[in-house]
Amino acid sequence: MRGTGLAQVLMIQFDKVTKGYGNASSPALHEVSFEVQAGELVALVGGSGSGKTTTLKCINRLVEPDSGEIYLNGRSVRTQPGPALRRHVGYVFQGIGLFPHLSVAENIGITPRLLGWDRARIAARVEDLLDLVELPREFGARAPAALSGGQRQRVGVARALAAEPKVVLMDEPFGALDPLTRDTLGRAYRTLHEQMQLTTVLVTHDMVEALLIADRILVMQSGRLLANDTPERLLQSDNDPIVRELLDMPRKQAERLRTLFPVTRDSDA
Amino acid sequence: MLERIDAAYKLLPGYLSQHVVLSACALGLGLLVGLPLAVLALRRPWLRWPVLAFASLVQTIPSLALLALFYPILLALSALAERVLGARFSALGFWPSLLALTLYSMLPIIRNVVTAIANLDPDLIEAANGVGMTSRQRLWRVELPLAAPMIMAGVRTAAVWVIGAATLSTPVGQTSLGNYIFAGLQIEDWTLVLFGCVVAAALAMFTDQMLGVIERGVAERRPIRVFAPLGVLLLGVAIAAASQLSAAGRGKPYMVGAKNFSEQYILSRLISDRLEARGAEVTRKAGLGSAVAFRALSQGELDVYVDYSGTIWANVLKRNDNPPREELLRELTGWLARERHVQLVGKLGFENAYALAMRRDRAEQLGIRSISDLAEHRGTLKYGGDFEFFARPEWHALQTQYELVPSDRKQYQSTFMYKAVADAEVDVISAFSSDGRIATYDLIVLDDPKQAIPPYDAVVLIPESRAQDPLLLSALRPLIDAIDIEQMRKANLQVDRSEDKQSPAAAAAWLARAIHVE
Repeated sequence: MRGTGLAQVLMIQFDKVTKGYGNASSPALHEVSFEVQAGELVALVGGSGSGKTTTLKCINRLVEPDSGEIYLNGRSVRTQPGPALRRHVGYVFQGIGLFPHLSVAENIGITPRLLGWDRARIAARVEDLLDLVELPREFGARAPAALSGGQRQRVGVARALAAEPKVVLMDEPFGALDPLTRDTLGRAYRTLHEQMQLTTVLVTHDMVEALLIADRILVMQSGRLLANDTPERLLQSDNDPIVRELLDMPRKQAERLRTLFPVTRDSDA
Repeated sequence: MLERIDAAYKLLPGYLSQHVVLSACALGLGLLVGLPLAVLALRRPWLRWPVLAFASLVQTIPSLALLALFYPILLALSALAERVLGARFSALGFWPSLLALTLYSMLPIIRNVVTAIANLDPDLIEAANGVGMTSRQRLWRVELPLAAPMIMAGVRTAAVWVIGAATLSTPVGQTSLGNYIFAGLQIEDWTLVLFGCVVAAALAMFTDQMLGVIERGVAERRPIRVFAPLGVLLLGVAIAAASQLSAAGRGKPYMVGAKNFSEQYILSRLISDRLEARGAEVTRKAGLGSAVAFRALSQGELDVYVDYSGTIWANVLKRNDNPPREELLRELTGWLARERHVQLVGKLGFENAYALAMRRDRAEQLGIRSISDLAEHRGTLKYGGDFEFFARPEWHALQTQYELVPSDRKQYQSTFMYKAVADAEVDVISAFSSDGRIATYDLIVLDDPKQAIPPYDAVVLIPESRAQDPLLLSALRPLIDAIDIEQMRKANLQVDRSEDKQSPAAAAAWLARAIHVE
């Protein structure tokens, strides 16, 4: 684990989770088992249809598995009603889904309102969150439509963090943004993750993004887990052909870039 | 012209307020039922098709037919309520109109709610679920607010439909702006028809505009734009309802019924004038269908109206024999008292029989004097009737006993029926023997040698519950055996003619003077 000194606490545990979608011949998830420790930022990587989004949505019960168990902080998620569970798990996705009839501040404060926080506490929390995601406080009064794409996803992240969750789920959160904004937001989130001691599961199809910000990468293909390792070890021991293929492109890009920029690897900051 | 507008204007507060209250109740009930039904259809996809299909099916039923259908349904329900709860409600007027219009208002509401919510951006639904909303919180906090402009558009459509269709509630006994239109059509007073249309259209346009402002206010999320017009609309409904309540507070009025032709309008006026002269409150239910009027009276929902002996004989008793006039009347009186708890107070003195009539020159040209002569022209003559005639037992009796074979059958509103025979569009029509227009258009009434058509003495009917009412009886008794056929024809003609046309009220006043019962 990068930079954190937390004791090993099991935060998320998948135990042989299987999920089929209606008439599809192969199941969306096939006996998927893995563990995420508290404080980790884990990336779920794979092509479309690999089951990474389904895996993510099983955690906050947006999708119900057919069999197997998922434990969140030691409790099976099935024992908690979906809406109550989701209020304590941050959720950010590519579509963002800011409510157009609510102001930015009301969007951020929605989960605390559902939890029955008082107005003053919500207002204070919203201001803190605007600071955290580096948006001016006066943005709180604006309508979401008045914001740029990057600003909107910052609001999306703030909304996910509003009720002080320990776990954040992200589904291609920066996928629709331009490369520069994407990189900035990715790194900004990594900082937040560490500051707030979050446990994050990030779904992405972008191996570069995964390699750059994740502590650990889970590679999925056709509903199965192919690899589960840190970026460094994954790059050294890519014996699975599909994993190798996924890693080939960033590796070649890195080599080409190294020939273009005659600088050392650690001087980018 | 101005006088007639003035006369129409005097009726406006009553008609408009009832129209407004009826429309508002129907729309409110439509929302109250339609919204939850639409939400249910959204949450249970298997319900969506049946709900939308039912709402669309209702819409394909002509609104007049829908209103008419609710009358017998409510009669049955009312009878059931009496048996189970010991109390009955009125199956005439407000309730059938309300239920039919409510059903009518539901399609645009349901359709717009379902379409608006089903087509919301799926990202917003995912976000609503993702932040931890329950299904109900999602509905109230996200789906309804975002669908509100389109739902309002549906409400607007429903409001315009309901206000328009409410004019059709007159024939089932609900006073509305339709009273102008139906009465005007019957007595050929186009000023009255136009007046009713203009007021109904203005009401619909005003409501539409107000709801339009609300719709934009909802879309722009400006509460003042929502609540100000809403307040105006609610205030209007409140004023209408208050004027209704104050009318109701003055004690139970006498309900005087009239069927849908001039003579009935005049006679109901004559009776209500006499009741009012004695200080009674009177509500006139005009433009009723023949069977509706009789049923309403036998249920005690009308206190008095004039019917015709032969009509009840053939249509209610279902008799097709034809006893002599006095015997028929005696037997009818006994049967009504026994079987329907209806008292036949007496006959007015004239007869308004269904009769076959032709233009004098046409009849002479063909050598036709009686209905028997018509049989020789089978398949060559065109017949015209009012809306009821060809479905009535009288026509059936004529057709079988005289073996009549029309080359064509056309149905008209009675005004147009006389014009049609005068213009030779048809050869024979189902005239009324007391109709002033027989003389105006120079028609001859054909003899009925086989007496296929029973006598049609005009008779005054009251329910048993009013049989001991001294005020009602004192108003009615002087009319018994007091009106002869010539006087009635003249009164009818005053209303039916196009030159120097009189209102039914004026004709009733004239008739009262003519028979010396002022």
